[in-house]
Amino acid sequence: MTPARLRPLQFGGAVAVLAATMLAALLVGAADLPVTGVVKALLDRVPFVDVDSGLSTVERNVLFELRLPRVLLGAMVGGLLAIAGAGYQGVFRNPLADPYLLGAAAGAGVGATLVIVVVPGDPAFAIPLAAFVGAISGVFLAYALGSTAGRGNGSGAATLVLAGVAVSNFLAAVQTFLQQANAEELQRIFSWILGGLGLADWPTVAMIAPYALVSTVVLLLHGRLLDVLSVGEEEATSLGVSAARVRLIVLVAASLATACAVAVSGLIGFVGIVVPHAVRRLAGGSYRVVLPLSLLLGAAFLELADLFARTVVAPGELPLGVVTAFVGAPFFVVILRATRRQVDT
Amino acid sequence: MTIAVRDLNVELDGRPVLKGVSLEVPGGSWTAVIGPNGAGKSTLLRAILGLRPGRGEVEVAGTDLRTLKPRQRARVVAYAPQIPHLPVGMTVFDYTLLGRSPYIPHLGRESAHDRAVASEVLERLDLTALAGRPLDHLSGGERQRVVLARALAQQTSVLLLDEPTTALDIGHQQQVMELIDQLRLADELTVVTTIHDLTLAGQYADRLVLLSEGQVATAGPPSEVLTATVIAEHFDARVRVSPGPGGRPVLSLERP
Repeated sequence: MTPARLRPLQFGGAVAVLAATMLAALLVGAADLPVTGVVKALLDRVPFVDVDSGLSTVERNVLFELRLPRVLLGAMVGGLLAIAGAGYQGVFRNPLADPYLLGAAAGAGVGATLVIVVVPGDPAFAIPLAAFVGAISGVFLAYALGSTAGRGNGSGAATLVLAGVAVSNFLAAVQTFLQQANAEELQRIFSWILGGLGLADWPTVAMIAPYALVSTVVLLLHGRLLDVLSVGEEEATSLGVSAARVRLIVLVAASLATACAVAVSGLIGFVGIVVPHAVRRLAGGSYRVVLPLSLLLGAAFLELADLFARTVVAPGELPLGVVTAFVGAPFFVVILRATRRQVDT
Repeated sequence: MTIAVRDLNVELDGRPVLKGVSLEVPGGSWTAVIGPNGAGKSTLLRAILGLRPGRGEVEVAGTDLRTLKPRQRARVVAYAPQIPHLPVGMTVFDYTLLGRSPYIPHLGRESAHDRAVASEVLERLDLTALAGRPLDHLSGGERQRVVLARALAQQTSVLLLDEPTTALDIGHQQQVMELIDQLRLADELTVVTTIHDLTLAGQYADRLVLLSEGQVATAGPPSEVLTATVIAEHFDARVRVSPGPGGRPVLSLERP
């Protein structure tokens, strides 16, 4: 008998799906690029490999200065949002927990807006940090409000989500106030909120990469402990696991991941709830499987969404958040129904 | 290992739930904690585990449990709650493996030894055939055995079981109680259970502790604790007590 682990086939499958979506995202766009040329050009960049891609200078610039950073950033944002969602769900033992429903994203928005408004010049490197502080504050607010309001009536899951909605709306109002009160920065704030991946470039990728790496590694390391936590705080403690510590670490890591994603891509909802849920359906509920697969498939999901966003109304672009909400909102209703049934019986 | 509780006081939300509870559980014996609803039975088990803060002493084999780290404590005392959370979709094997948590390094993974222990426990509890089955596809009796399997995988010398027979029919009650007794004798476990069914408690436990309104009302062998007067006083029930097998009392309700 083997315990629930990530099977090589599942892992390979998810990697293949991600690679395919990334390749598609590299090829398709205002100027379509040839498959063989792109693959050869990418191989050419591998050390000690020297192949002639046959791409023109313009094509090469499109590939390396526009498409590639956008594809990488998209993969990071999607993966981070999905793995953060899975982490929150494990901490709160609630399949509806999500960076957006919990106030993390709205908090990150306030943090980032504050930096744009208050700090003079171009504070690019401060944005993720401010977003992180905002995200953590948002989650703790929602959690504190949820546990105070939910005390005694036992409907913890629903109360937490409602508290998150209240906190999110409040923080969104704060953010709107900040941006209206600073009209001269409106352009920058708006382009950030609706930014999607349109502003992706190498410095942006480099800016969030270290935070993304740290938060992802920490989350991936906590799969087993989140499984222990799934029996509840009291039983986890009786099994020798400090539930409070695990929760705190995972909460901080998930908020950092959310903050990275929000800082560079603005508000893109539902990835953190749709992807982990689909993964659970496909591969079971163990967090050792859900976390890594959410990372990979979240990245793939966002590549597809971005591909859709920039091709469907070409030459214009849909905001990425619109696309994910279009898929995610109906999906959310389905999950809500399934969860209710589970609670009822 | 002997469990000694001395002058234990526990408050929940400012309300005293346990008031000066003292009891001694000899190593290798089975003690059942009985008492009316709300007497503090489950709180007593949780307080022994350190899940509820309180004043007083709780010692296992002379060591104060509260001075131990959670991991160390989980190698001494295993606990099965009255209503365990059974994660949907988790398999019986993975659930049993959770019992190995106190032995796995924080960010580490289960060793081959941990898996072997879990398999062995499942074998002993006749659950091997169910190892791959999700917890939500089990019957009540199977579920109870699986929870017991997780506790046994902790390889502790003390088992605290909160109402191990709730929601089981009479046949499965007997099966679970016999199983606990066999395991206790085979592994020299010290067992403390809370239990609702007084006759069942009297048939299996070496000693009974009657909790009433947060205090120990009486304690001793079943034949001394389970008398018609004691039951009338603390449970407000009219029962007839007749001697059963081995001199252990059997209770039957009498209509007033």
